[in-house]
Amino acid sequence: MTYETVATFAQTWGLVYFALIFALVLVYALWPGNQKQFDEAARIPLEDGPLDDGENKND
Amino acid sequence: MSDSSARKGMGLDVITLGLFLSVMALVSLFLTANTHDPLMKVHAVILLAASVLGIVGLFMRAAGGLNFDQSRYEEGIIKAGVIATTLWGLVGFLVGVIIASQLAFPNLLYFENIGWLNFGRLRPVHTSAVIFAFGGNALMVTSFYVVQRTNHARLAGGVWPWFVFWGYQLFIVLAATGYVSGVTQGKEYAEPEWYIDIWLTIVWVTYLLVFLGTLWKRKIKHIYVANWFYLSFIVTVAMLHIINNISIPIGLTEHKSYSLFAGVQDAMTQWWYGHNAVGFFLTSGFLGIMYYFVPKRAERPVYSYRLSIVHFWSLIFIYIWAGPHHLHYTALPMWAQTLGMTFSIMLWMPSWGGMINGLMTLSGAWDKLRTDPVMRMLVVSVAFYGMSTFEGPVMSIRAVNSLSHYTDWTIGHVHSGALGWVAYVSFGALYCLVPWVWKRARLYSNDLVEWHFWISTIGIVFYITSMWVSGIMQGLMWRAYNSFGFLEYSFVETVEAMHPYYIIRAIGGLLFLIGALIMAYNLWRTARGDVRKGENVPDAAPLSIAIPAVQ
Repeated sequence: MTYETVATFAQTWGLVYFALIFALVLVYALWPGNQKQFDEAARIPLEDGPLDDGENKND
Repeated sequence: MSDSSARKGMGLDVITLGLFLSVMALVSLFLTANTHDPLMKVHAVILLAASVLGIVGLFMRAAGGLNFDQSRYEEGIIKAGVIATTLWGLVGFLVGVIIASQLAFPNLLYFENIGWLNFGRLRPVHTSAVIFAFGGNALMVTSFYVVQRTNHARLAGGVWPWFVFWGYQLFIVLAATGYVSGVTQGKEYAEPEWYIDIWLTIVWVTYLLVFLGTLWKRKIKHIYVANWFYLSFIVTVAMLHIINNISIPIGLTEHKSYSLFAGVQDAMTQWWYGHNAVGFFLTSGFLGIMYYFVPKRAERPVYSYRLSIVHFWSLIFIYIWAGPHHLHYTALPMWAQTLGMTFSIMLWMPSWGGMINGLMTLSGAWDKLRTDPVMRMLVVSVAFYGMSTFEGPVMSIRAVNSLSHYTDWTIGHVHSGALGWVAYVSFGALYCLVPWVWKRARLYSNDLVEWHFWISTIGIVFYITSMWVSGIMQGLMWRAYNSFGFLEYSFVETVEAMHPYYIIRAIGGLLFLIGALIMAYNLWRTARGDVRKGENVPDAAPLSIAIPAVQ
């Protein structure tokens, strides 16, 4: 295994690998069916009130 | 609340921690008894004292009846973390001002026969205090807060989160006492020696398990994006820390060790670690803070949740490759340098995507910048994030790096990120957390936040502009040739030329420290429940305060 074979592998398959991962992320993020889930997720910090019993006085 | 969710007294967590601390006490007793290395002996005694204190503390708490009520959030550890973050911040900034003054006035605190306070010893105290003690505690405390709140679950692990907290403070004490007395492996931002590294590994892996355990218990199906950023920070820092610190001690009772890597491989491993400390400690973790505290403070959801997903995955996949840009024009092969440079430039995209996402969260609520100084601090931090992540890739370009590398420009760049981004987003989070966990309706004083904001901001501007001028001048002087082909300036002439800028920098740092002192006072009075008279400010506290009457 020479430097050239490693470099060629990295420059071709490495590129394919990165492009593929990025494409998958974009598909997941932009998939119309995920819109509702993401809209709800974005509101999580705003709806993080106290746990079950509605009151969280310190121990 | 049902009885099954509440647990009192001894549990598995108490027993395992008790056993662990006992083993630790025995190991440190063995070290104390057997080492002939005086520096190791000091640390062995500190370790022994810490394990004994730990055992005593554990028994006292267990005897008093532990109550891990699963229907309530763990907030005691948040209070402890807020206090630790604030105090370590003050220490780190103070040491920064001292070493900045030492650069301007070299005789300051210089003792010929005692090296303890020399610049070379204090410098790692400053960097570790601000990055690991201040920044690390800020990340730990906010991550413990955010993971509970966004997953509707109490912190997992019973008493173990407290082990993480105190174990991390012990790591800081060991590291700092080591630096001043000469225990260092000389790797930037990874100075602690082998046994301190092992200790940090134990603490950090426990931190990871506590975080994962809390996610495991979550009652919200979707894991909010801030948790992803925190998780990538915890996992990657564990990996970086372990690999960069693979070394062989010269003896099990000696503090000194040698790295398993040599030459350029060692350099590459070090800067793979070093740059990802920037990428995953100082960026990814603090983005976790941004994605929770900016929306929370603005009282509106993040601008684009989809963008936050793309931001996360592209940032972590690209950052890990950027390290080689620290080794331009060295023995590192050219292709590796080019690789590091290319990935650094690619980082513009996720960085600016994230910055836009943070800033645009304010859309429709921009008036808060005027009325709420805490919001302003958070927004300015995101703006500094954008600025320093623009500057960084520029400096990673080989041609630019030939001018900027080894000069003060680098120091200025680091501080625009560290003061402007990391510290400001942490200050913003502290100003939010104190009223939330101490159950106060508002901060002691908004006016003092204004003072803090403006004094510190002027300090940052002094700092980074003086370092730009000084650094570029220094770089230009180094490469200036005269008509005979000789170097125009000797090294000491560049040092002399930088003197005024070093004074300006020290003043900038001093202003930043004064701002932090004002903050500490304000937070302390807030925690006490005081409200400053004569300030007519509406309650700025968002929803998360539990007001008992509402039930």
